[in-house]
Amino acid sequence: MADKVILLSSWVSAFGLRVQIALAEKEVDYEFREENLFDKSPLLLELNPVHKKIPVLIHNGKPVCESSVIIQYIDEVWTNGPSLLPQDPLQRANARFWADFVDKMIYQCGSRVWKNKGDAQAAAKKELIGILKQLEGELGEKPFFGGETLGYVDIVLVPFSSWFYTYETFGGFSIEKECPKLLAWVRRCNERESVSKVLPDRHKVYERTCGLKKRLGLE
Amino acid sequence: MMLSLAPPSNPSRSLATNPRTKAPFQIAKTHPISGLLLPIRSMHRELKLSSSITSEKRLPTAQAVSERVEGGTRMTRGGEDVKLLGRWASPLVMRTRTALNLKGVDYEFLEEVFGVKSELLLESNPVYKKIPVLIHEGKPVCESMIIVQYIDDVWAATPPAILPADPYDRALHRFWAHYVDDKWFPSVFASSRAQTEEARAEAVEQVFAGLKLLEEAFQKCSKGKGFFGGDTIGYLDIALGCSLGWLKATEKMTGIKFLDEAKTPLLAQWAERFCANDAVRGLMPETDKLVEFAKMLQAKFKTAAPAK
Repeated sequence: MADKVILLSSWVSAFGLRVQIALAEKEVDYEFREENLFDKSPLLLELNPVHKKIPVLIHNGKPVCESSVIIQYIDEVWTNGPSLLPQDPLQRANARFWADFVDKMIYQCGSRVWKNKGDAQAAAKKELIGILKQLEGELGEKPFFGGETLGYVDIVLVPFSSWFYTYETFGGFSIEKECPKLLAWVRRCNERESVSKVLPDRHKVYERTCGLKKRLGLE
Repeated sequence: MMLSLAPPSNPSRSLATNPRTKAPFQIAKTHPISGLLLPIRSMHRELKLSSSITSEKRLPTAQAVSERVEGGTRMTRGGEDVKLLGRWASPLVMRTRTALNLKGVDYEFLEEVFGVKSELLLESNPVYKKIPVLIHEGKPVCESMIIVQYIDDVWAATPPAILPADPYDRALHRFWAHYVDDKWFPSVFASSRAQTEEARAEAVEQVFAGLKLLEEAFQKCSKGKGFFGGDTIGYLDIALGCSLGWLKATEKMTGIKFLDEAKTPLLAQWAERFCANDAVRGLMPETDKLVEFAKMLQAKFKTAAPAK
């Protein structure tokens, strides 16, 4: 029986984009369904009643929620092709640690950069640069966080690069200037089709954020 | 300010001074169940104090005394160097100790003194500077559920398996463990620490709502068996079960019975089963000690004590 895979997500969600990259890396055919985050579908509300959030992967009718849980699920189900997580237990733990770090830090800090003004924004900007520098430190001289090839941490982090322009423009700083090695890594990731075909244009993300700010009354 | 973990009958008997750094370190503590002041030792196993406790080469400054915890009668991987940095009151530390016990792994428990972060902790977890940290053959692993998965991976050949075999079941365990950490456990804390009645009521509602969801999750995951992991304690049992001490303490502090056989019968029975399990017994901190500890924390951070 062929696998039926559906992904409920949004073109602009960094959490959804990482699942798309993982599916592409594993060459899994799936149906993408765009969710309107201001008018969530009954299916989304039914399949993720706890959080009511995207992404939700539906594999043969069964829902899997939470992007990091989904990626590990994908890695464990589709064992053809490259393993997204390392085989060695210590390296796996390290990969989970840094993926968790990305999850805890970037979205909430980045959001504070574009949502706020003045001192609050300046503080968030400083924090975001610190977070990105820590990640750059972890990357070191490796081509990817996963070593020679794209791995779990790369997949989890790289979608946020589509948001860099938004953070920079609102925050008034240059991520390339602060973290050049990280930007080099972003370019390296984009050499892979699984990444370049999935990541949205940075200007579209910025425009969408401007619209969102208006809608939320944050101008 | 150096806080003792629980007021011993003679406080001076629980602390000694590191001759090199003059920093205090703990040599005895009040047994969380008996209330007796005892030299640091394994709760239910033979005492084997490391002879290198005060050796400057092995342990950095302000390092508490270590206790060697034996893996019991089960065959263990001898010669493994496993250390765990933690504190008795931490449910996150308890998770890692439960996992080690399940696998019958010998380890050295290094109790961090509350309010003072040891150099070893700061070196091993420079990102968050928090416990628990597992140090296996000199390499640190941080974040409690990541450590639990690491233990499951390293000692994969030793039953029981902590994560289930099926990928979908694994996804369910991971999802609910996230939920416990991100939503449910914070609401447990908030219900005893909230500043306003409104905030408290909201937190209390969230705790009950969460327990209802977890009751359904138990039905789904356990498949009629005694634990979320089936016949044996698994990943989600560890994630949720190790917070039972604090749940009971919060019940005492708020006067609210959260885990109620009438409302969530499966969870109430599971909780008793979990606490009685060999891998867990001796690790669960005593409710009264946690209440005392919570009050000390609240006084320290000058938050209002919760009304009963």
